[in-house]
Amino acid sequence: MLKILKYSFMDLMRSRWSYVYFFFYLVLGFVLFFLNSDVTKAVITLMNVIIVLTPLIGTIFGVMYFYSSREFTELLLAQPLKRKTIFAGQYLGVSLSLSMSLVVGVGIPFVIYGIFGSAAIWDFSTLLLVGAFLTFIFVALSFNLALAFKDRIKGFGFSILMWLFMAVIYDGLFLLSMMIFDDYPLDKLALGATLFNPIDLSRILILLKLDISALLGYTGAVFKNFFGTGLGLLLSLIMLSVWVLIPGALMLRQAEKKDF
Amino acid sequence: MIEVRKLNKSYGPVDVLKGIDITFDRGEITAILGPNGSGKTTLIKSILGMVIPNSGEILLDEQNVLGSWRYRDKISYVPQIANFPGNLKVAELIRMIRDIRPGAMNHEKLIDLLKLQPFLDKKLVALSGGTRQKVNLVLAFMFDAPLIVLDEPTAGLDPVALILLKQMIAGEKAKGKTILITTHIMNLVEEIADKVVFLLDGLIYFHGTVAELREKTGEGNLEKAIAAILRDSYA
Amino acid sequence: MKIEKLLIIGLLLASSLSAASRTVGAEEALTSIGEAMKVSAPGDTIFIQPGTYREETIYIDKPLVIIGRDYPVIDGMNKGYILEVRSDSVTVKGLMLINVQKSYTKAYSAIHVYGSKNFVIEDNKLRNSFFGILIERSKEGLIRGNRVIGNAVTEQSSGNGIHAWHSDRLTISDNHVEGMRDGIYLEFVNKSEIVGNLSRNNVRYGLHFMFSNDDRYLQNRFENNGAGVAVMFSKRIDMRQNEFALNWGSASYGLLLKEILEGEIVDNTFHRNTIGISADGASKITFSHNNFDNNGWAIRFHGACYDNDITKNNFRHNALDISYKGPINGNVFDQNYWSEYAGYDLDKNNVGDVPYRPVKLFSYVVNKTPETIILLRSLFVDIINFSEKVSPIMTPDNLKDNRPLMKPVEIDDRS
Repeated sequence: MLKILKYSFMDLMRSRWSYVYFFFYLVLGFVLFFLNSDVTKAVITLMNVIIVLTPLIGTIFGVMYFYSSREFTELLLAQPLKRKTIFAGQYLGVSLSLSMSLVVGVGIPFVIYGIFGSAAIWDFSTLLLVGAFLTFIFVALSFNLALAFKDRIKGFGFSILMWLFMAVIYDGLFLLSMMIFDDYPLDKLALGATLFNPIDLSRILILLKLDISALLGYTGAVFKNFFGTGLGLLLSLIMLSVWVLIPGALMLRQAEKKDF
Repeated sequence: MIEVRKLNKSYGPVDVLKGIDITFDRGEITAILGPNGSGKTTLIKSILGMVIPNSGEILLDEQNVLGSWRYRDKISYVPQIANFPGNLKVAELIRMIRDIRPGAMNHEKLIDLLKLQPFLDKKLVALSGGTRQKVNLVLAFMFDAPLIVLDEPTAGLDPVALILLKQMIAGEKAKGKTILITTHIMNLVEEIADKVVFLLDGLIYFHGTVAELREKTGEGNLEKAIAAILRDSYA
Repeated sequence: MKIEKLLIIGLLLASSLSAASRTVGAEEALTSIGEAMKVSAPGDTIFIQPGTYREETIYIDKPLVIIGRDYPVIDGMNKGYILEVRSDSVTVKGLMLINVQKSYTKAYSAIHVYGSKNFVIEDNKLRNSFFGILIERSKEGLIRGNRVIGNAVTEQSSGNGIHAWHSDRLTISDNHVEGMRDGIYLEFVNKSEIVGNLSRNNVRYGLHFMFSNDDRYLQNRFENNGAGVAVMFSKRIDMRQNEFALNWGSASYGLLLKEILEGEIVDNTFHRNTIGISADGASKITFSHNNFDNNGWAIRFHGACYDNDITKNNFRHNALDISYKGPINGNVFDQNYWSEYAGYDLDKNNVGDVPYRPVKLFSYVVNKTPETIILLRSLFVDIINFSEKVSPIMTPDNLKDNRPLMKPVEIDDRS
């Protein structure tokens, strides 16, 4: 698997899109510092970008890579390799190369502008960790969709739809249902709904780091207890891991049964 | 050598293979023929484990291979369309496959034979279809596997390369290997195949030597023999 | 009349002429402070030597100056008040007062000033005092430079640091109050000044006004209290150059205005509070030259706020700038700097050419259903905010700043 991972990774690392992605984050980082030289502010703005963009890029790259490497996959399938090995290797290759572009691209400007001396180092690390998690989650989801649809247009369409659902529609429905049922105690529902969307979960995780917890706590004891403790942080991280593991496992299961 | 028993495969409502029973023997070249959609590629991919059959068995040297993967070490496969990771160079691709699957031996000889040296440092996207097919051949023939599967190996090859391919196939046969080949070029079949399998609508319509096929259809020419079968089946 | 006045002056002169200075200490003639009170005459100065004095309530019923040397410790042994000041013109300076009785019925304090004029409480240290300094029915006093440090946990079992009731013209300055119920509490206290105090880590409020009018508080710092400052049922309070920081917790705020009329809030800094200012029934107040930075909400207007003027403030990086209920009610937003303003300034006059709407649709949603705050900073919320900005439906059409500034306002905040 490590060999497959290595080759997928190297293949992507050489692709033009990886550079585009990398330079995008590099430029973003520098622009943020240019506009407000305060590291904390830059972290907040960066959060807005990362929460939306890493899932989108993960989705698009995942689908694109899967379809464009189809023949290569077939070549590998004819070799004495386990299917799991092949797909896990490719999946990790894509996810790692995207995460690398993110971490290095954003990291360079932050290091240059002195993140190590700043108190925001932990916020920043959380941000990158969450960005990497989102990449892994959305690459896995898009691999699943690409495996399910032989037709590229369909696969692409459904992947974008999935992103749109997770990034926007879910929150819209969530907000609407909270407003409709606002006579009932909502905090548990809200908490639950957050855990079931990795984008919301990541957003909350970063907001917690940025000390918005008190603002959330304003609304009720459940939020306060959950977000005020290390338990909330731990549970969020566990849920994010589950969000990587389940789509990953589903993807491998699907790959086992698929005809090429 | 390789035995297929009651192999069934359907894609949704379409039955592609309807209970195939066939044995391929050691030291024989078998051409798998049939019209488009008759199940040739599905059969080959089932043997390779790329397509998962609904029922039936495939035995390689008396071992059931369905669901396992180590047996593929005994197979060299030349796929139909040769498309590779475009960002890799030819030499890197060869090195990579050697890295993934140990045991390659005569890749240098093959590169010389197919005159691929000038392309070793080129990226795969930059190659013509024929050159890519040559790379494809190197990838398959550099292993010393007892079973060789070629899916339309002649696509895009120039006459010189075609002659080389034939020589390579003959050479492998001489080593006592089992060779399966699908092609639309009947001359090639007549020239190299010991046996012919003719698939029609997911069933084996004919399995025997070229001479037997001619005899059965009463046509002297293989191409016409095939045409005769198709005419009968559509009639 | 004249003769009476002359007589009084004469008496004062006489007493000051005859004023003696006494010293209390383990090695002195006087070993107890209570004893010293009995023997001293009005106008005397009493020095207290370093050491620990275990005393029950000490009554000061004549004009005296009491000065501690090196903070002598006066231990009240948890029996009622420690110092009872019941005379005019008393000065208490440089003492360390500890152990005041706790009670659920009486407000025992380390220093209790009752019915006094012209008193000075200066440079004392108070520890484990139930209430710290309690002033009742007094006038023209100075409370300066005291350090009141407690370890309050709940509101019920703790007292206020500096507590004044029915008093006028007090000056409370440069004190440090920490870990009490309210840092400074004023009820029916008029025409007083509260200057340069530091009030932090108190369970309830840093500073609390009830039914007090015409007071000024300036250059104070309120930090990490249950809530910063509560101004309730008061008129004409002048609030300047204060710093409200880190009042960060559920239901916490920098400044609470409840039933307030005609105040001025100028040159203050609100930094990292859950809510910068929470206004409920606040009218005719001028908010200008304040900094609102990194708060959850900069200002929340609840109901019944009329004719307030919010001009030339800086709103920077607050999660939500303004939360607002009901119609516009004559409140004016003008010439503020909003860090989220995305308009342009073609004529380069430092005034944006399109108005800014400080109330986002999301803040309406949060008002209605508070739990929705969990969607803060999500893409969906950004989208609905944007669409509301483009075509307002929910927010009052005239709730906007027509002249948003392109650059922050210069603010005269002590720093």
